[in-house]
Amino acid sequence: MILLTFLLQTIRIAIPYLLAAAGGVMSERVGIIALGLEGMMLAGAFGAALGSYYGGNPWAGLAGALVAGAMVTAVLAVATLRYKANQVVVGVAINLLVVAATRFYLRRIFDSASNSPRVPGFGGEGAGGMFASFVNPVVWMGLAALPVLAWVLYRTPFGLRARAVGEKPEAAATLGVAVTKLRLQGLLIAGSLASLGGAYLALDQHQFSDSMTAGRGFIALAAVIFGRWEPVRVAVACLLFAGAETLQIQLQGSQMIPSQFVEMIPYVLTIVALAGVVGRSVAPAALGKTE
Amino acid sequence: MSTGPATPPREQQRDMQSTGEVRAMAEMPARAGIGLAGGFLPPLVALAIAAVVGDLLILSFGEAPSTVFRLLVEGTWGNAYGIGQVLYKTTTLACTGLAFALAGRAGLFNVGAEGQLAAGGFGAALLGMLLPAGTPALVAVPLCLLAAMLVGAGVGAVPGALRAKFGASEVIVTIMLNFIALAFLNWIVSSKLHVPETLHTPPIVAGMMPRFADSFAAFRGSAANFTIVFAVLAAVASWWYLFRTRAGYELRAVGLQPDAAEYGGVRVPRVLLVTMCLSGALAGLGGMNFVLGYKGYYEEGFAGGAGFLGIAVALVGRNHPFGILGAALLFATLSQGGLAVNAIVPKQLTDILTAVVILAVATAVPEVQKQLRAAAANVTAAFYRDARKGVS
Repeated sequence: MILLTFLLQTIRIAIPYLLAAAGGVMSERVGIIALGLEGMMLAGAFGAALGSYYGGNPWAGLAGALVAGAMVTAVLAVATLRYKANQVVVGVAINLLVVAATRFYLRRIFDSASNSPRVPGFGGEGAGGMFASFVNPVVWMGLAALPVLAWVLYRTPFGLRARAVGEKPEAAATLGVAVTKLRLQGLLIAGSLASLGGAYLALDQHQFSDSMTAGRGFIALAAVIFGRWEPVRVAVACLLFAGAETLQIQLQGSQMIPSQFVEMIPYVLTIVALAGVVGRSVAPAALGKTE
Repeated sequence: MSTGPATPPREQQRDMQSTGEVRAMAEMPARAGIGLAGGFLPPLVALAIAAVVGDLLILSFGEAPSTVFRLLVEGTWGNAYGIGQVLYKTTTLACTGLAFALAGRAGLFNVGAEGQLAAGGFGAALLGMLLPAGTPALVAVPLCLLAAMLVGAGVGAVPGALRAKFGASEVIVTIMLNFIALAFLNWIVSSKLHVPETLHTPPIVAGMMPRFADSFAAFRGSAANFTIVFAVLAAVASWWYLFRTRAGYELRAVGLQPDAAEYGGVRVPRVLLVTMCLSGALAGLGGMNFVLGYKGYYEEGFAGGAGFLGIAVALVGRNHPFGILGAALLFATLSQGGLAVNAIVPKQLTDILTAVVILAVATAVPEVQKQLRAAAANVTAAFYRDARKGVS
């Protein structure tokens, strides 16, 4: 019983990571460093709250999240693909921009410095009991995201081209692949997935609150690296990180390990992975190079 | 690298380095030509774009842009308190900007200034608490300064070493280290060192930096303090190190062409490690400003994004130590200006503008420069064509 609770909670916590990490894999596989994940997620969360608030139902929230995510992705795409700006710089700027812009419009629209009013989410109160979260379609999207991405990347022509563009763009271009167009498509998929991850947070908590993604975009990026850019491994990494977080929540009462140390687990694991203990990580060869 | 030719003999090494230097110098005048415009262009283009975006945001809020911008200027450069606050914020931003720029010159992205800054501040606070009360300031201040820089360097050393030894991406490692350092400091402060009911350590007993307000009555109430002198000294030292020492030359060589630098006899891994340590030390220095110059204790969350803003500062300052001092003033003005306009538009307006400036410098400025260069080339070509016609 305890195990089942633990498992269900881990899945709930893993959903935003799974979605954002799927976006991260897509983005990095086409050669764009996914440092903007955090901003895309936060924009998605804000868009979801807005959509759900005005539309009166969570589906409008999902639409709002996709629009907000697309807006942020557009800025990122123009800067990196059209103007070939440095991807690390653009990623950091996007994150700063979204934090500031969501705060600005939180005050403009809801006249609050900290959170939006309550918005409709999926599933009524108390419906479904322990399995309540599974009436939420975003949960299913999260569970499906990485398997579907794996299929797309390894079993479809689009996936083959995407991987080629991330590894050897010159060769792909020689074979007639429109490199920039393909990268744009990859980025749009990445932005949609990450913003759905943010939407999950806002709709699950029935509101948007200031900086509510709280570093989850970076954890997702950590999972991408930890999973060596392979969707299935990345999914395992997400579940691992979510499991650690669940453990932290469960242990909070007992105070066996200070919560700060449990918080560190994903970050420490990533550094260890990068230092090559888990094996040399192989990033897409053209990652970060858009010349 | 391992399959490459053996290290060339000493003579030849010196030769190659000097040709490199000569070539760099030969390019100097050409660069200075666009350099003069290039030096002022990025801030100007970026500010113009930020002004337009700012106008739109203010209009979307239903306020008049002129009123908001007037308030912004009055609240920052319009009175001694405002100037003092701008100088205080400039100090921290200059340090984190220098930290990013120094690493950037070696081709390293130190996104970890946030954690290095906090750790440095904590180091200074800890030493300030441990020193016996009544330690003369002339002893205590330099010791605390050293502590801040050493702890900052220690945090910077981790990504430096991992990059040098395993080739681990310093971008990711520094981001991860931000979270680790902040969580660790949070744990120490909340479980071991805090004043009850607060998120800060007990006050330091020695090592406080005098405030401007102690010497000049006009700055009363503002946090401006003499740490800014150290920030300016750090900029001068960085400039000297980068452009006047052999180590600085090697650092820049690694940033421009790591393979060529290695072939020219530079020990690249060593340079990467040393650079990250220096970068961390500069960020750590910024932590002093808050701890020794303002509050007198370490408080959780005091870095408040200054580490990330350092990236913007370095970009606009074109990774040049003196450009960074100017860029730090600019972003400090925006940051303080946000508070000044907060009554009529949310202070996040200026945070948005900061991000817009970064994006503008990263995208529009190179584009504008390219256009200018193309235009200049056209004019020159036309001139020669006409001149030739004149001869015939």
